[in-house]
Amino acid sequence: MASTSYKVIGTRPIRHDGTDKVTGRAQFGADIQLSGMLFGAILRSPHAHARIKSIDISQAESYPGVHAVVTGTDLPEQQQKVAHLGEGDVNLYHLSQNVLARQKVLYKGHAVAAVAADDIHIAQEATQLINVEYEVLPPVLDVLEAMQDEAPVLNDDVRTDSMAGEESKDPTNVAKHYFYEKGNIEKGFEAAHVVIEREYRTSTVHQGYIEPHNATALWNQDGQITIWTSTQGSFMVRQQMADLLKLPESRIKVVPMEIGGGFGGKISVYLQPVAALLSKKSGRPVKLVMDRASVFEATGPTPGSYIRVKMGADREGKLTAAEAYVAFEAGGFPGSPVVCACMCIFACYDVPHGRINGYDVCVNKPRSNAYRAPGSTHAAFAAESVVDEICERLEMDPVEFRLKNAAQEGTRRVDGVQFARIGMKETVEAIRDSEHWKSSLEGKYRGRGIASGFWFNVGLKSSVTAMLAADGTVSLLEGSTDIGGTRASLSMQLAETLGIAAEDIKPAVVDTDSVGYNDVTGGSRVTFSTGIAVHNAGLEMRRQLIERVANIWEVKVEDVQYEDGKVRGPGGKEFTFRELAAKIHATGEPITVKGTSGSENQAGAFGTHCVDVEVDPETGKVDVLRYTIAQDCGTAIHPAYVEGQMQGGAAQGIGWALNEEYVYDEHGAMRNATFLDYRIPTCCDLPMMDTIIVEVPDPQHPFGVRGVGEVPIAPPPAALVAAIYQAVGVRMRELPASPPRLLHQILQR
Amino acid sequence: MAKKRIVTTTINGKETQFLCQPRQTLLEILRDDLALTGSKEGCSNGNCGACTVLCNGKAVNSCLILAVEAEGAEIETIEGVAPVDGLDSLQDAFLQQAALQCGICTPGFIMSAKALLQEQPDPSEEDIRFNLAGNLCRCTGYDKIVRAVQDAAAARQQV
Repeated sequence: MASTSYKVIGTRPIRHDGTDKVTGRAQFGADIQLSGMLFGAILRSPHAHARIKSIDISQAESYPGVHAVVTGTDLPEQQQKVAHLGEGDVNLYHLSQNVLARQKVLYKGHAVAAVAADDIHIAQEATQLINVEYEVLPPVLDVLEAMQDEAPVLNDDVRTDSMAGEESKDPTNVAKHYFYEKGNIEKGFEAAHVVIEREYRTSTVHQGYIEPHNATALWNQDGQITIWTSTQGSFMVRQQMADLLKLPESRIKVVPMEIGGGFGGKISVYLQPVAALLSKKSGRPVKLVMDRASVFEATGPTPGSYIRVKMGADREGKLTAAEAYVAFEAGGFPGSPVVCACMCIFACYDVPHGRINGYDVCVNKPRSNAYRAPGSTHAAFAAESVVDEICERLEMDPVEFRLKNAAQEGTRRVDGVQFARIGMKETVEAIRDSEHWKSSLEGKYRGRGIASGFWFNVGLKSSVTAMLAADGTVSLLEGSTDIGGTRASLSMQLAETLGIAAEDIKPAVVDTDSVGYNDVTGGSRVTFSTGIAVHNAGLEMRRQLIERVANIWEVKVEDVQYEDGKVRGPGGKEFTFRELAAKIHATGEPITVKGTSGSENQAGAFGTHCVDVEVDPETGKVDVLRYTIAQDCGTAIHPAYVEGQMQGGAAQGIGWALNEEYVYDEHGAMRNATFLDYRIPTCCDLPMMDTIIVEVPDPQHPFGVRGVGEVPIAPPPAALVAAIYQAVGVRMRELPASPPRLLHQILQR
Repeated sequence: MAKKRIVTTTINGKETQFLCQPRQTLLEILRDDLALTGSKEGCSNGNCGACTVLCNGKAVNSCLILAVEAEGAEIETIEGVAPVDGLDSLQDAFLQQAALQCGICTPGFIMSAKALLQEQPDPSEEDIRFNLAGNLCRCTGYDKIVRAVQDAAAARQQV
């Protein structure tokens, strides 16, 4: 499509950090070794809800090999204050309580104290010598129960904050109420020929990155703090550290290590402030690494939810109205992505009349965090499932229905935002035209489903520095941590801008003292927004090169053209990029340029998925036979990594749909906090994943990039339950559609 | 604390002695004492496969082996896979296929795949999926990993 005129964009070079990652040399967070380093361990709450009456650390402190013990009181007291972390806001009072509990523990696994010792075993033993006296309180684990007046209240400081500004008088678990309305909902439903209203439930699920959280801190004798950590946002870690420790940001340097997956779960700090406190107390660098059970019990997850959706359509299948009630389990502290769910839930369609209510509700589960298109998967599961039922009732092809109702440029969402140029329709057409959709699916207990999904994709701020070397290569310093190949996608954009090879760019992700400010790696923003910064840097480098060559040739700047990595002047004068680079040092100052970007938002992106399943009616097990993903990514910079994002996101959505869930006992303890029992897809569970890259360029980006990472997780659950319905005739309205749940439904039928 | 033991093994072709406590895993010794941090710790209970090494030619989770059990064993880690002057065909195939995103699981996958190709030089897709099911990847959806192993198998057949 649009990419045909590009030389680098659309090709598939080897990623720059590839060799380090296939040889084991890449340094991830837990790999760091520092001179004199101590190892830390965290004591976590065994209770889901309890008041801390006292903490006695004296025995742990005197245990041989122990150098420091800290508790919540070592953190400065916080006032209620909201910090903006780029892609989301966080209340510092709650964040501080989450890092180390003070008066109360709000979920099993809540951090209470920490120890630094000569080795990890001593540190772990010493945590068992910390004596915490708890007054155990009844937990509340379910979102609807937590909304009841008689439910145990988690946070004394939480009142319902509604968009009208009014607050509830008494402490409550309902932290937020969002409300959006468009048109006249009653009129819309009156005009409908068919109205479907259904309730949906989704379980708590985890991002499931393979690398556990980690942080190594050195609180140096000069007061400077260095943090080595794997994070989606080194500048966000610096900001949270400064806020939590009440220090100026200039005192803190964050060194981003390679990050072993994040998916939204590695933005908030957990261990970083604790490692810093332990280092301050011990005078030594301290490394903290979570074990897997703690990752499940104390980080992530994405909320469990209750969603009620009502949609109406006329005889021709045109949507007339849509209404949703969305309640999310925020976990111990407020801040679920329910607002995003509200904005996404009907985003795929042109809904003339709509109303959405959303509730952010505290329950005794880990404080929830972003997970890939946060809130959109829950929303798509509910809304797309209702759409599937409408199609059935109208005897209408689900592709035709989507084409008839697809949101497009100019469509106003229920939350008021009007779409710029988007490619929802194009993704549906891509599925319609795919081999998969055109093929026939035969066999008993087999079914096919499709579903669409949306994510906003953000812009936000980025900075890069580019430095020309005399051999014609360019070093690129970035602050966007590389979570899945963005060194490559950014280098390719700089190479395209300069007209040189991707291999001639040398990218490095550097610390917070060594590059300008960068917002988080999230929101599908890096290839988009840091890409704009890189393009700007490339343009500035071109400008300086033209100026230089004009000087060398003694001609006017206007008479020099920069094209395809060459400069051309009057009379057939010409230098290649490499020839010119070799003359830089002899002819003037070094060429070092910066590029920045700061757009608010992208146009938004859509995907449509098609899946074939076979259900075993004896066991309720679902086999995914075939899977096709069509997604509008604007322009694919490195198509292989674009495909990879689509495949990986869909795989997470499949896991969410079919297996993944937190299983709790009545005391609020998670009973499956291992990768054996919390079952993410293995390669035996998935087929090859076909991808169709749809390219509707986003005009805000010089190459049309739209961002790709988040959308693909949203459609799978809805597509899978539609396919399951076709296969065995039961509608799964509760996730996961795991074998026991599905079998139960099959037997009840 | 129990007394430390001296363990003698061969690691990546070189005789190696180390001192360890009986409670330490092979993974802990590799990472913290021998500075072989290419083997990753993802779960410490044998579920994720990120710590996979070859022990006497078999793929094992080094988090489930006590370091003292490595006495006399031949251990191969990700650091021993590449020849001096290039990459192994598996490593090359992972790069060509873009079979990694974050890369934390990659060393484990390469070790498991290496063990597989030693046993079955021409595995079917099903063989590959079955043999790699002990390695978890959360980024890729496995498609490109399976293709990389297929490519590596083909490349090895050609040599």
